[in-house]
Amino acid sequence: MNYRSIALTDQTNPLSYTSLQLVCLTLLYLGLSIQFLSIFDLIFLPRQWTLGLSIFLIISGALGYTLSIENRKKTTAQPLYTIQGNIRQKKWSAWLLALFLTTFYVLLYLRPDLLGLGKNNTPNSGLIGLYDGLSYWIKGKPASEWFVYGTMYTLAITCLGIRVIFKFSHNRYQVYRTLSIIFFQLIFAFLLPEILQAFNKPYVDLKNFWPLNYYFFFDWNIDQLLASGQFGFFVLGWGTVGFLVLTPLLTYYFGKRWYCSWVCGCGGLAETAGDEFRHLSDKSKKAWKLEKYLIYSILVIVVLMTLLILTSRFTGYLISISQSLAHWYGLIIGAMFSGIIGVGFYPLFGGRVWCRFGCPMAAYLGLLQKMKSRFRITTNGGQCISCGNCSTYCEMGIDVKSYAQQGKDIVRASCVGCGICSAVCPRGVLKLENINR
Amino acid sequence: MSHHPHIIIIGNGIAGATAALGIRDRSKAQITIISDETDFPYARTALMYVFMGQLALPHTYLYPPDLWKEKNINLLKSRVMGLDREAKTLNLADGRMLHYDQLILATGSKPILPDCSGIDLPGVCSLYHFEDLNKIEGHLSSNVKNAVIIGGGLIGVELAEMLISRGIKVSFLIKESSYWANALPKEESEMISRHLAERGITILPNEELLAILGEHQTTGVECKSGRILSSDFVGITIGVMPNVSMFSKTGLDINRGIVTNQFLRTNDSQIYAIGDCAELAVPEENRKSIEAVWYTAKKMGKVAAANICGDNRIYEQGVWYNSAKFFELEYQVYGYVPNTIEPPFQSHYHQHANGQKSIRIVYHSDGFVVGILAMGTRLRQHICEDWINQKKPLKEVLAYFATANFDPEFTDATYKNWHSKSPGSSSSRDPSLASFIFSFFRKRP
Repeated sequence: MNYRSIALTDQTNPLSYTSLQLVCLTLLYLGLSIQFLSIFDLIFLPRQWTLGLSIFLIISGALGYTLSIENRKKTTAQPLYTIQGNIRQKKWSAWLLALFLTTFYVLLYLRPDLLGLGKNNTPNSGLIGLYDGLSYWIKGKPASEWFVYGTMYTLAITCLGIRVIFKFSHNRYQVYRTLSIIFFQLIFAFLLPEILQAFNKPYVDLKNFWPLNYYFFFDWNIDQLLASGQFGFFVLGWGTVGFLVLTPLLTYYFGKRWYCSWVCGCGGLAETAGDEFRHLSDKSKKAWKLEKYLIYSILVIVVLMTLLILTSRFTGYLISISQSLAHWYGLIIGAMFSGIIGVGFYPLFGGRVWCRFGCPMAAYLGLLQKMKSRFRITTNGGQCISCGNCSTYCEMGIDVKSYAQQGKDIVRASCVGCGICSAVCPRGVLKLENINR
Repeated sequence: MSHHPHIIIIGNGIAGATAALGIRDRSKAQITIISDETDFPYARTALMYVFMGQLALPHTYLYPPDLWKEKNINLLKSRVMGLDREAKTLNLADGRMLHYDQLILATGSKPILPDCSGIDLPGVCSLYHFEDLNKIEGHLSSNVKNAVIIGGGLIGVELAEMLISRGIKVSFLIKESSYWANALPKEESEMISRHLAERGITILPNEELLAILGEHQTTGVECKSGRILSSDFVGITIGVMPNVSMFSKTGLDINRGIVTNQFLRTNDSQIYAIGDCAELAVPEENRKSIEAVWYTAKKMGKVAAANICGDNRIYEQGVWYNSAKFFELEYQVYGYVPNTIEPPFQSHYHQHANGQKSIRIVYHSDGFVVGILAMGTRLRQHICEDWINQKKPLKEVLAYFATANFDPEFTDATYKNWHSKSPGSSSSRDPSLASFIFSFFRKRP
């Protein structure tokens, strides 16, 4: 009997699920359903218990399923990736998932009250209320919509990251890289900022450098940091050194990948939760052209905006124009592009839409990588058999094959060095390396 | 009508497609590629991935479909039925007749089928054409449980992987004493046999096919030893031969393949033959006259394109290389590595303690290296080729061996836990072993 699943971890080979896998999937969906029902306050246990149960079900279901399916895949020679299945072929389940995700992002950014955020000191209810207990336990404050989002985000990267680790257990680059992504998300993006808040320090993600962190030089951020004493000075210094010194230096030695594929949460989510949608990225030359226009325009806008804001801070001029620019950037690029389109459209355009078309940090890193970096992907002589696996599974839409079959090395601004092209190559033709130039 | 010459290429495999693009780079000639297999040239090597669902046919196209229009190369989906060299015309299956000024034959291979009863039964398949995938798919729809694959080589293992991914039990019937022993030395052949056994594959060595059993559908095979195996699917992968029968009455010089000189020209100066269907009249030392692999076809395509455009480029076979994958186990070979290494050649064999990686270096008794064979580990092609071309002494190759390592980052490349098994020398006291182990820490001079 064949089962068709709409799970992100959907198994598409014609082998049927084992009963253990069915149990695990049931647990996973039960856990997810609890979260969904809580939006409508349809919970039947005390909130802390409900959240605990839900997270337990999600983690145990996801991990149990991963372990059994990845082990089975190895003994039954299943391919690493597949383009088959309803959800991977942009059929109804993909559209449904995209609709669901984009709705969630719209609510999150524009109407968090519909997710249960209490306004004007009224207590939280619904989904956000569900997370109050965890939030109090970590930082002694009620949950915000961002706390809920951060928890879910971390959960997704961790569970689906472990899946990637098992899938690529034969490839240490993938294992270490994914461990690093999980570490930075869990510690730097999630726990550390929350714990800082518990100590009445401002919310700071120390790995989120300008220009990805576009509000780093905004008045309110600088004021807040200056007001929090030594710690604030440290953060200001770290952030400045981060984008001025650390970023060019690490990119010179390792390429863009040190950030995009080892540290960054946006890339991290695409590499883990978006792993099954890689083949959807557009490889056409048109898409490449669009990518170049968009991403560098956004970089220019961030630079201009930051200069304007700093000018207005120190001179008092141009305050209104810089403020409205900041407002619109935050709404259009910060919220809509990176969240709604970037993640919501995973099942339609693949995982790294934001990284490829929108992220100003990726643009900055890309320029550094193209102009001054030791990183490249080496093609092993004439060994390419033109099978197309590398291009198909490049999340950044690079036509890797067009280089490999000519025996050319790949140096592209957009390459995030995720190493999947090398991992799926059946002849071991591609090697990521930092060479001495 | 254009006054540019019309160059027709028969066959849209890697040889034909490479030749077409090579000609376009140098000339404005009218170019037509004729094939009845697929709409656009695709990578035959990726057939297994299409079958397994990792790729769709368009992913395997050698170039984006737009390119052919952009380069003004006409792709004609038809079959060539006849060739008239006097009139310089081709007859197509659809009744059309085409005139050519120069012709490139790149018709590839066809699978060798054993001459035995039952070979036409449904359920008997080989793996070469795109159409074969549909055939195999059709047979599998009738609830196949056991498959027997006749002949073990590079295609056989791909077919095995395809079948196992559908939950089918696979057995190999091989003439030799272990897997692909006609091409690989004993240790490597045994390593592959072990690897296949771990995937649940049964290898039946020293067995030859006598007949395929069944009346309306394959039910089993009978071996020459009298052994009978029941199976509802029989895969035939005993090798390929040049696909040239349609030219047998054209006066072209045909032996096994279409015989060419070192410029890849046939006995008709306006006709070239490249790829699997071509046979070199005079192959280089230790090389075969027909080398039916991807890499050779691609190289030949480039040379023929140059010669058609007026160059006089000699096709040099160069340092032989090939690569493949046996499930997870990768295979790379450079230069001369025969299955039995006899004087004046000797070999140095190093195997990882886990039994899943090995390196063999074949050298002449005068001390220089002639070939390298790697299993489960990747080597840099240009370094290996340089060593072989420049006849580097074994000592030097061993000392700088790690500079050739091409494994992914973080793979243990220190050659720790590798053991020397050089035939004829006591394994643990091999003096060059120490230098091999620590070679990772050295840079090339």
